[in-house]
Amino acid sequence: MGLVLDNLSLYGEGLRTTVALTLLSFVAAFAIGVVIAAFRVSPVPPLRAVGTAYVETIRNTPLPVLLVLFFFGFPKIGIRYSTFASAVIVLSVYTGAFIAETVRSGINTVAAGQGEAARAIGLTFPQTLSLVVLPQALRSVVAPIGNLFIALTKNSSVAFLISTLELTGVAERLTTQSARPVAAFVGAGAAYLLLTIPAGLAFGALERRVAVKR
Amino acid sequence: MTAIVLGDALGPRARRRVRIITVISAVLVAAVVGVVMARLATHEQLTAAKWRPLTQWTVVKFLLVGLGQTVKAAAAGMVLATVVGVAMALGRLAPRAPVRWVAGAYVEFFRAIPLLLLIFFAGFALPKYGIHLSPFESVVAALVVYNGAVLGEIFRAGVLSLDRGQSEAAYALGMTYWQTMFLVVIPQAARRMVPAIVSQLVTLLKDTSLGLVVSYDELLRRAENTGEYYRNPLQSIVAAAVLYIAVNFTLSRIARRLEVRQRRRYKATALSVAGVEDLTAVAVAADAQDAR
Repeated sequence: MGLVLDNLSLYGEGLRTTVALTLLSFVAAFAIGVVIAAFRVSPVPPLRAVGTAYVETIRNTPLPVLLVLFFFGFPKIGIRYSTFASAVIVLSVYTGAFIAETVRSGINTVAAGQGEAARAIGLTFPQTLSLVVLPQALRSVVAPIGNLFIALTKNSSVAFLISTLELTGVAERLTTQSARPVAAFVGAGAAYLLLTIPAGLAFGALERRVAVKR
Repeated sequence: MTAIVLGDALGPRARRRVRIITVISAVLVAAVVGVVMARLATHEQLTAAKWRPLTQWTVVKFLLVGLGQTVKAAAAGMVLATVVGVAMALGRLAPRAPVRWVAGAYVEFFRAIPLLLLIFFAGFALPKYGIHLSPFESVVAALVVYNGAVLGEIFRAGVLSLDRGQSEAAYALGMTYWQTMFLVVIPQAARRMVPAIVSQLVTLLKDTSLGLVVSYDELLRRAENTGEYYRNPLQSIVAAAVLYIAVNFTLSRIARRLEVRQRRRYKATALSVAGVEDLTAVAVAADAQDAR
């Protein structure tokens, strides 16, 4: 474990990058997910088609393929971002598709009478969705979204493929330097646990707080 | 097309509004497609020279062999991970506490670690201890260790989802713990787990592309090679993405169909396992159908 203690500041840096990647991507992915879910349940056929195409395409493509496409393919058409920004964009786009599916299934759990009542008092579709249905839908999917957050924390390791120095990158560097790299590996694993366990507890607490009692 | 929106048919005014927005959004979508095409064209990415290699049989075959390698690693990983998963599930459900602790620690630790880190460890750290794995073996080993933990949780959830009366009845007949497990509980639980296992297979297929870090010769790597050779990285990676989507889309559809059929037949609830992205979406969607 001496290896980890000696390189504590390096681990700290990796941990900070992983946290930054995860949080930024999660906020963007949540926004994308809600918009795409709204598209998929909207009465407008082109928007529904866009939503479905987005979810089916992104969900069935491996994350590394998206990252490689964005980082090595898109510069050919003049779209070029730093490694960190690229990682955040790709993680957001990828996780957004999963959040969209989860939010949509949450929308399906809201009783039909809620939408009917909202329409009966004259709310338009955007009003119905944002004022009546979504607030109830989001409460019912706190746990699955928590799972997606944990998956995102782990997925942020792909940033290492385009040499961002996050936790996996730190483990890689120490592995190549040291003769007995198990400590480097266990250190990174412990750091990931340090992120995912509190995240799991926090989402659990949030779920209990906002749960709909039926 | 039925215009049922969140449980209600639209009136005349809303229908008019929908028609207007349909036209506007269709124009917007067309505009976005147009801008993308124009961008591709101005950067000379639509020229025949960039796309033609992808129509040559040698290139297509090169990529298809890569897809075969992807499937091979995923299949090997899945089969071996199932063995580990069954062992872990039995371990976590075991009557002896130390066995439960060991299995629990394994599952919780390896489920929380990115697969990329495990692949990297298998490829670059193990050689320092005298264990030299080929790229294929590194990928499969990491897939097995990681998915053994995930499948362990799926199997455990499957066993726990079974009504307690089943095992109680078996004990009442005088069966031992293992007889109850293998003759009564597992055969029933296994059926419920099929959709979850198929969706996990999709995840495995996607995860194989992480084999890139140990230079495993799979689809994504071959697409990158093609892109370097013909100087068309964009087109080659898009081609690889299309192949991945074709395979995964088919598998996802099968998983969904199994799920729906099963729920009709057994009225079983879908399994949900923390930290697994594909499963949660399937599980919640299925629960939603139940609620209807």
